[in-house]
Order: sequence, then structure tokens, then C-alpha cells
Amino acid sequence: MRRASWFNIGSLALGLAFLYLPIVILVIYSFNASRLVTVWGGWSIRWYAELIDDRAMLESAWVTLRIAFLSASAATVLGTLAALALVRFGRFRGRVLFSGMIYAPLVMPEVITGLALLLLFVAIDIDRGFWTIAIAHTTLITCFVTVVVQSRLLTFDTTLEEAAMNLGCPPVKTFLTVTLPLIAPALVSGWMLAFTLSLDDLVVASFTTGPGATTLPIRIYSEVRLGVKPEINAVCTILIALVAIGIASASLLAKFHHGGRGAMAGLAGR
Amino acid sequence: MFAPWADPAARPLVRFDGVSKRFGTATAVERVSLDIFSGEFFALLGPSGCGKTTLLRLLAGLEMPDDGRILLDGAELTTVPPYRRPINLMFQSYALFPHLTVEGNVAFGLKQEALPKAEIASRVDEMLALVRLEGFAKRKPQHLSGGQRQRVALARSLIKRPRVLLLDEPLAALDKKLRSETQFELMQLQESLGLTFVIVTHDQQEAMTVAGRIAVMDHGRLVQVATPQEIYERPTSRWVADFIGEINLIEGSVTEVGRSGTVVASAAGRLRALSPADVTAGDVVWVALRPEKVRIALEPPPVEGENCVAGQVADIGYLGDLSIYKVRLDNGIIMKTAVANVTRLVERPINWDDRVWLTWSSEAAMVLTR
Repeated sequence: MRRASWFNIGSLALGLAFLYLPIVILVIYSFNASRLVTVWGGWSIRWYAELIDDRAMLESAWVTLRIAFLSASAATVLGTLAALALVRFGRFRGRVLFSGMIYAPLVMPEVITGLALLLLFVAIDIDRGFWTIAIAHTTLITCFVTVVVQSRLLTFDTTLEEAAMNLGCPPVKTFLTVTLPLIAPALVSGWMLAFTLSLDDLVVASFTTGPGATTLPIRIYSEVRLGVKPEINAVCTILIALVAIGIASASLLAKFHHGGRGAMAGLAGR
Repeated sequence: MFAPWADPAARPLVRFDGVSKRFGTATAVERVSLDIFSGEFFALLGPSGCGKTTLLRLLAGLEMPDDGRILLDGAELTTVPPYRRPINLMFQSYALFPHLTVEGNVAFGLKQEALPKAEIASRVDEMLALVRLEGFAKRKPQHLSGGQRQRVALARSLIKRPRVLLLDEPLAALDKKLRSETQFELMQLQESLGLTFVIVTHDQQEAMTVAGRIAVMDHGRLVQVATPQEIYERPTSRWVADFIGEINLIEGSVTEVGRSGTVVASAAGRLRALSPADVTAGDVVWVALRPEKVRIALEPPPVEGENCVAGQVADIGYLGDLSIYKVRLDNGIIMKTAVANVTRLVERPINWDDRVWLTWSSEAAMVLTR
């Protein structure tokens, strides 16, 4: 191993600081006793305590979690099916168009996706709220699941499926007992990714929301416009903790299943 | 003597009837008709890309033939899906399930049959004992050596007691010593279980060692189907003779056909072969000689004449058990001869550039027409 030079250590520290310093400051200030956001008044957990009494904020958090759970699950099913179609069905008619359509949301500006969905929901005249956000998020994040699952399927050894069938296992059961357990880490990390994407989406959600369904990002954004309250820092810290736990467990899971090289490689390669 | 293929009344266990398989424009298997009998250890032998693995996969049902039929015990097998065929395949890559333990892998086939748990467990134990992996039941395949994985794959494909066990290059990933040990184990296993084995290999030595009969394939076609001895001693073409072992080929034309053999006039003089050949005077033929059947001497034989050529030693290869001499004949042809080193050679009696005489008996020479 090469010895780390001061230059390397310095650039590493700078890079990490650039990425994480704002978050660290936010986390520290969430434990600030002072009501003023910019003045340090000693350690305290009073904003966390006040958060428990903030019904509106908790309500929003609950809505967000439910939407994220629903849309991540739906996106995982749809994204996996799309990945299977792309990897397994060979060169079917319209394959290029299909893969283009799958990946378009990846690069589509969210404003456009949001606006288009809003127009659609208005046109077919459904009440905007919880369900419209869930549908919109599913549209937004399915492609991410497809990318992750597809990269796992591409390296999947199909002779394993042949071996299962050769031993008397019919195709559907082969998929359930051999293919699915082996690509499960990719499904889990795809789900985690989708979940976090839905959790922090502001743009699409604000286009497709309606009365009674205010997600956490929308509420935080609207409250910050009236001035940053220390409470917001506490909410954000909790969110960061949730996301960090999710990502860490997904990568640990992948590591556990594949001895180090796992589905997170699919994320890294994105 | 076990030779059901010689008995016209015997019913084959597996019959390929004019089977063809194309991938796009490439033909992998072309009009193959082949009978394999119950209890045989049968080898499909050929260079890579000759279609032998495709033939195996057709039998397993992993590929569908474009033409022809495959029968098992006289019943149509072509349309039966792979998971309903009483045929198991041991994959070249072993294809062990990485998410299951050794035990789980071996039990996989039985679990598809909804057998009682106790029976599955006892048969798995029995199988693991057979392949000497008793202590490894709870291990994952990633934590086994290559040889152990190979035995797990074997156990997994044997546990359902298939009518036919297919082995796709089963020993290719093992080192040489382990490979030759495993070859004999496979033979004992096949004999003691009384099963029908079909092995695919590109290694002619392996095919000769394990198989009772060999089908030599080239470019999707069967070139010769016979016992190892027959293929070695009576190849039907120059290609087979060259593919199976080493061969010297001398081109010439037939001058005499009679009771005392076939006489061929060639650049290396008059050659006589006793082996029967379907030729007439004037035909262009090749006289084929295995190197180990050619004698080499520093002195000319007492009677020079037929089956005797002179030349100069061009190269010597010392292999330990054998020495290979490459001799350049006076007419420029290179001939090889192999001499068993039965005594310890401290110094070689025959050296580079020595003038030598090569002789062989008329029984050793074969006449090939194509």
C-alpha cells in the first residue's frame, strides 16, 4: 500500500468537507439550545422534544413515509419487470424505443415531469392528493430501479436457471427459488434508492399534491420561507439518520450476500 | 462382453433421428442420427465448436432441434420440456446455486418431487457419502475447492437417479492429476450404479479412458462412432486419425490389392498394409502409421524393401516415459516415431543428425481413402 501523502490527506479532507460540512453543521445546530438559528446556545434536545408536539410536521412525515413506501414498492415491481424485459427477451421489436422510454425520466427535468403529470391528472379529473403523488413518484423512480436490477441481471449466470430446470423445477418456480433470491440484493438496493428519492422529492410532489397531502419536503420548504426554525434542523437530522441507516443496511445486505461485490456496485456504476 | 450396439435387435435408450440445430446461419448440429444404449458410458468427442455440447443440450431439452426427433426408450422426447425429462446434466461451470448450501444444492432435485423430508435427508446423506463430502453439508459452494465443487455438482445431478446422466466437460477445470483420478472414479461410479453416462469432452485421452464408445464430431456432423480401440486402430478418415493421437501419413497410389494386403507406391517406397481397405489399383490413398508402431534403428535392416525408409534425425523430444524422434526422410517428409524408454537412458544412443532407418510391420499400417 502506498503511504498517504499530506497532499492526498488534504484533498480528501477538502472533498469530504465540501460534501458533508453543511450537513454536519445542520446536525450540530439541531442540538442547539438557542432559539436563534445562527447563535450557539449550548447542547439541548429541546427541538426534538418540541417536534413530538408538532402535529402538522408529524402528519407530513407520516404522509411522506407512506408515499415513499408505496411508490418504492410499485417502482421495484415495475422496474424489475422492465429490466427483465430488457435483459432477457433478446432483440424484440421496439427494444431500443422501450429502453429509451424507460431511461427518459432519468434525464428529464423534474419540472417537466411534474407539469406533465399535473396536466394529466387535471385532464382525467382525479382529486389530487396522496394517490397522485404516489403515482407521480412511481413514474419518477421506476427507471432507477431498472438501472440497478438490470446491471445485476446482466451478470447473472443463466446456467443456474438451466440447472434448476434440468433438476425438475418448472420455469415460474425457478424464477422464484433461484433467480429472485440471487437478484434480491439488487431489488433491495433498488427499493432503498427509490425510497430515498421519493422521500426527498419536492418538485414533482408540489406539482401533483392537493389539499390534505403535504409531504415533508413541501412543509419544510414552505416553513423555511418564513424563516428557519431550529425544529426544521431536528427534522432534517432525523431524515438524514433514516436515509443513512437505509443505505448502510442495503449495502451491508449486498455485502453479506455476495461477499463484498454486490448490488451496490450497480448504484456506484450509475 | 457388453456391446449392445453390435446387436441389431437391441433397443436403444436414446435415439437421435436426423437431428439438426441451427443458430442463425451457423449450423451447430447437422442431421445427426445416433443410438445410445442403456448402461453405456458414451463420449462425444470433438474440437471446440464441433456441436458436441449442443447435442448434449438438445438431449437435456435446453435447446430445441430444428429438424429431426429425439426418442427416449422409444417414446418421443423432443416436445418434453427440460423439467420433465428423466435426464440430468452436470454443467461444465457446475452451475451450483450460490445461495444454497452443499446440502441444499444436492437436495434441490428431490425437493421438486415433493418427497417426504426424511427421505430427502437420507438420500442426500447417502449421496454426500458417495462423493466423500460428508463433512461439507452446511458449507456454501463459494467456500469449497474446485474438486469439491465438482463432486457437489456430480452428486446433485446423480441424486434423482436419472435415466441418462449428461456430463459437459466435467473434468475440464481440474488439474491433471486430479483429473485422471476422477476419470477412474467416474467409471467406477457408472459401473456400480448401472447408469447411462454421456460425456462431452475435447480431450481425446479422457474420452478413450472413460468411454465404452466414442462419437467423434466435426462441424456438427458425426465422423465416426466406435469403441476407443477401433477409433485408434481403424480410423475411417485422416481427420479422425489425426485428431485421436499422433499419426504419420504417407500419400501414395495403390498398385496391388490382394490376400497379402494392399501395396502402395509412394515417395517413401513400396508400402504394404495388411488392414482391409476398400480400394482398387490406381486409387490415391494415405498410409497411416502410429508413431509408437514405427521402429527406429541406426543400422539398415537385413532386407531393405517394403515398409522401410531411411532419413536423418531432425529433432528429439524426451518426455520421460517416451522419446519422440522426428526423422526427415530423404524425400523431405517428416515422420515421427515414439520409443518407450524401458531402460534408464544415461546417454541417448540415437542423436541429432544421425542417419536412421525406420521400419514397421504390415499389420501396423492402415490405409485411408479420405
